[in-house]
Amino acid sequence: MLRAALHFASAAVALAMLLSLYRLVRGPSLPDRIVALDTLYINTIALVMLVGIQLSQAVFFEVGLLVAMMGFVGTVALCKYVLGRSIIE
Amino acid sequence: MIAELVISACLVLGGFFALAGSIGLARLPDFYCRLHGPTKATTLGVGGLLLGSMLYFSLLEEGVIVHELLIAVFLFMSAPVSAHLLARAALHLGIDAGTAGSPAAGTDPPDHEPPPAG
Amino acid sequence: MNERRGIPAAPPAMREKPRVWYWLPHPYMTLVLVGVWLMLNNTLHPRHVLIGAVLGFAIPLFAQHFLPEAPRIRSWRAAMRFLPLFLWDVVVANFVVAGLILNLRRRMRPSWVAVPLDLVDPYAITTLANVISLTPGTVSSRLDDGRRTLLVHVLDTADPAAEVARIKSRYERPIREIFEC
Repeated sequence: MLRAALHFASAAVALAMLLSLYRLVRGPSLPDRIVALDTLYINTIALVMLVGIQLSQAVFFEVGLLVAMMGFVGTVALCKYVLGRSIIE
Repeated sequence: MIAELVISACLVLGGFFALAGSIGLARLPDFYCRLHGPTKATTLGVGGLLLGSMLYFSLLEEGVIVHELLIAVFLFMSAPVSAHLLARAALHLGIDAGTAGSPAAGTDPPDHEPPPAG
Repeated sequence: MNERRGIPAAPPAMREKPRVWYWLPHPYMTLVLVGVWLMLNNTLHPRHVLIGAVLGFAIPLFAQHFLPEAPRIRSWRAAMRFLPLFLWDVVVANFVVAGLILNLRRRMRPSWVAVPLDLVDPYAITTLANVISLTPGTVSSRLDDGRRTLLVHVLDTADPAAEVARIKSRYERPIREIFEC
């Protein structure tokens, strides 16, 4: 049953990433693409966690934590760029 | 057995909400509506998956693990900040949603961001 | 505006406080740092508690001039009462918004609402904005009029005025209890 739940969750997250990718390619505006990237990195964390369960490896937490931090910094940097100010105040 | 059931429920719920958030992102008509997708994918979607993963490692594997809680807390703190910044960026560019009470384009006032939490 | 968001040269609240706060300028941050260190190492070993305590003591002490003034929480009881209510609202709103998104025939009624703020403390305003954004269906978008109005985008509402009243009574009042009165 756990296997089935894992497979369902993996498929759902993969489909979610595809939909985010569609929004990233389609646009139409710059903030739309940034939202898509934001969703994409959040889904990446979810997928990394699922891979961690599947392989029973505790190392993947660090990966998830790093992806979360880098993704957040990236989103903030892109937003600051759009807002037309220097990225580092 | 019961542990397995709870973990499966968490994983299925998490996957479902992550998917629903992205469907919203792909399907909704204008930018400000699409912005609601990621906040949802974060809160219950990734939250449920992290809870499932935490329970899995704590109950079925080697002892108590609380790492995921750290990721969840970090995401809960960062998601509203990035949503706020994204909304401001869109308002700054004057992307008009055309809904009731929509603020005028390009009127982003000078910076008064709240101080960072923590 | 600038002097409010700028960093005070020496936190004024520090001067009237007892001497122990001179060495612990950000007590909550110290606790958070110790907690994060222990969670990162996933242990309660005394060695790591000691390292965490040293870090939690040293980082706020050396960084205090770069940090904004420490938040002051008036009522922990109000905070403890607010947390389960907020988490419950997040779960309920998640299901509602998921239903909205997956129901293909339903037309949404998105709307902008301006929430007039009674809160003054910047940490209280931050908390309110974060709570609004974390609850699916509402995103706080901009702080206007010298921090007196919060612009919120609502995904689906029949009555924007009722939405403002709901935010004010359900979220703003408890947060005000936590931080101000």
